[in-house]
Amino acid sequence: MLSINELRASIEGKEILKGINLEVKPGEVHAIMGPNGSGKSTLASVLAGREEYEVTAGSVAFNGVDLLELAAEERAAEGIFLAFQYPVEIPGVTTINFLKTAVNEIRKYKGENPLDAAQFLKMVREKAKLVRMNDSLLKRALNEGFSGGEKKRNEIFQMAVLEPQLAILDETDSGLDIDALRIVAEGVNSLRSPERSAIVVTHYQRLLDYIVPDYVHVLYKGRIVKSGTKELAMELEEKGYDWIKEEVEALG
Amino acid sequence: MSTDTIDLKTRLVADFHAREATINGEASTAFHQKKRAAIAVFDQLGFPTRKNEEWKYSNVKDLVSASYHFNAPSTLTAEDLASLNIPDQNANILYFVNGHYDADLSQIISTSDKIVISSLQQAYQKDPEMVNSYFSAVEGDSDAFTALNTAFAADGVFIHVPKGQVVEHPVILRFISDARQEHVGSQPRNIIAVGENAQVKFAEAFRTVGEQRSFTNVVTEIHMGQHAHVEYYKVQNESDQAYHVGTTEVIMLDNSHFYAATVTLNGKFVRNNLHIRINGEHCDAHMYGLYFPDGTQHVDNHTVADHLKPNSESNELYKGILRDKSKGVFNGKIFVRPDAQKTNAFQSCKNIVLSPEATMNTKPQLEIWADDVKCTHGTTTGQIDEEALFYMRSRGISRQEAMSLLMFAFCADVVSQIKIDSIREYLEGVISDKLTNK
Repeated sequence: MLSINELRASIEGKEILKGINLEVKPGEVHAIMGPNGSGKSTLASVLAGREEYEVTAGSVAFNGVDLLELAAEERAAEGIFLAFQYPVEIPGVTTINFLKTAVNEIRKYKGENPLDAAQFLKMVREKAKLVRMNDSLLKRALNEGFSGGEKKRNEIFQMAVLEPQLAILDETDSGLDIDALRIVAEGVNSLRSPERSAIVVTHYQRLLDYIVPDYVHVLYKGRIVKSGTKELAMELEEKGYDWIKEEVEALG
Repeated sequence: MSTDTIDLKTRLVADFHAREATINGEASTAFHQKKRAAIAVFDQLGFPTRKNEEWKYSNVKDLVSASYHFNAPSTLTAEDLASLNIPDQNANILYFVNGHYDADLSQIISTSDKIVISSLQQAYQKDPEMVNSYFSAVEGDSDAFTALNTAFAADGVFIHVPKGQVVEHPVILRFISDARQEHVGSQPRNIIAVGENAQVKFAEAFRTVGEQRSFTNVVTEIHMGQHAHVEYYKVQNESDQAYHVGTTEVIMLDNSHFYAATVTLNGKFVRNNLHIRINGEHCDAHMYGLYFPDGTQHVDNHTVADHLKPNSESNELYKGILRDKSKGVFNGKIFVRPDAQKTNAFQSCKNIVLSPEATMNTKPQLEIWADDVKCTHGTTTGQIDEEALFYMRSRGISRQEAMSLLMFAFCADVVSQIKIDSIREYLEGVISDKLTNK
C-alpha cells in the first residue's frame, strides 16, 4: 500500500529525514517511535503533503501512485489521513459544514455525486456514535474552544467519516489523560480492517497498549535505526532511548 | 487645489443660488435658512484635500473631476429593476431612483399608527415644522459633503416611529442610480425619528445601473428617544464607476440601544462616516462593518463613538478583505467626555490582505477625558492562516474551496449581525459569488 524508499527531506535547508525506508501493507499498523527531534512528526507531515518541507531525494508510492507529486488535498482524496498533533481552531466554520465540504470534495475527486444533506447527516450521526463524539460539538466552530481531548476525538471522528486507507496519527496521545486516550484508541480500533492501515507516531509506549501495532520502528536522527514487533515498544518503555542512541553511535 | 475641483464646487454653488432665485416665499422659511447657511459652509470649506487629516488617505480628486447630472430623470421601470430586487414580503420597501422617490415601485405595508413612512418632500409639505425640528439637528455642517447635502436636500425618506411602537416590518430603502446615459448624482437625505420605547429595523441598499459614473452623497440622521431600539444596516453593492460619500448621524438618549452594520461589497470610491453621539446613560451602541474591495476600489470607513454621559457602552468590529490593488481605510474614534465615567468602549478592526498590491490603513483614535473608563482597541492586518488552510486541505478540501470557507467565515461575524433576513441572505449570496468567481 505504502512504499517509502530512501526518503530525504529538509526544512529551511536543514535535513531532517536522512533516508527513510518503510513498507506498509494493507491491514497493518506500524508504530513509529523515537526520541524528541528524531523526525517523527516530519515524516508524518511529509506524507500528508505539508509544503514547508522539501523532499530532496527518494520516493513514496501509495497504491502505485507517486505521492510526492500530489497536493495535500489530492493525497487526502487518494485515502491518506493525518490526525494532527495540534488540531487547528477554525472560527466560523462548523465541524459539520467542514466535513460536508471535505466529503463532497473527495467524492468529486473520485467522480462521484455529492451526498445530499439527509444522507450526509445520517452517516455523520453513525460515525459520531462510533467514536462517542457529542452531537453538540458538530454544530460548533471547528475545534474552537474545544478541550485537548475533544480536539483529538474530533480528529478520530473526522477519520471515521472520511474512511481513509492509511491513517497517520501524529502524537495523538500527547496531552491526553488515560480516559481520553482510551476513547481515542477505541475509535481507531473500531476502524481497523484488513484493507486499512495506520502509522502511529508516538513518543511513549502508552498508546500502544490500546492500539496494538504489528510493527514498531525506532526513528533516530532521521533514520529508522531499529524495527521489531510490539515487544520492542515494551523494551523502549523499560529502558528508554539511550541504549538505542548508544548502539547507533557505536556503529558510527 | 486643481481647477477641476474649483469647477465642480463653483458649479454647485452657482446652481444653489440659481435655484434659490426661483423659490420665492420658500426662501424665508427656517428650513431654507439652514440650507443657505449650509451652502455658505460648503463654499468656504470646498471639497476636502488630502491635507485635511480626515481625508488623508482618501483622495476625492477623481470624484470631483467629472460633472454629474443631479436628480436626473430616469426611465427605469419595475421590469428593468427586477434583477436587482431583494424581495421581502414582510418589509416596507421604498425606491429612490436618482434621488427621486418612486411610489409605484415602492411597497408600504405597515400602518401609519405604527410607523409613519413617507418621502422627505411629502413629509415636509404635510408638516414643515416637525421635519425642520429634525433636519440637520444633530450635526453642525462641519463637513463639506454633509453641508452640500444639507444645501441640496430635496428628497429621501422621513420615518417617524411614535412612542412605544414596536415596528414588526422592517423598512428597506433602495437607492438606485440610473447611470445608463450619463454621469448622475443624487443627494438623498434621510431622517429617522424613533420615539421613546419604540423599536425599528431599517436598511439602506445602494445599487447602480449602467456604465457611467454615479455619485451619491447621502446623509441619514437618526434621532432616538429614551429606551428606543434601532437596527440600521447600510449595504453598498454599486458599480465599478460608483462614487459614494455617506454620513450617518445618530443621537442616543438614556437606555437606548443602537446596532449598525455597514457592508461595502462594490464601488469605485466609498467613504462612510458613522457618527454616534451617546448622549444618555445605560446606552449601548454597536457598530459592525465589512468591506470587500477588489480591482482599484477604495473603501474608507470613519466612525465616531462619542460618549457624553456615564455608564454607557460602545462596541465596534470592522472587518475587511482586500484584493488586487484595492485600498481600505479605517479610522475609529472613541471620545469619552469628562462626564462619561464608567464608560466601556471596545473597538476592533481585522483585515485580510490577499494581494501584495492591496493596502489597508487603520487608525484607532481614542480621546479620553474621564478617568474611570474601560477602553480597548486593536487592529490586525494579515493573510489567510496557512496552518488553517493546510488543515482543511489535509481533509481533501481544495485550496480554493478552503480559502472560500475561511473568508466566508471571516465575513460571517459581521453579516450574521444583520437581523433582516432578506438583506442578510442577499449579502451571503453576493459574498459567496464574490468568493467563487475569483
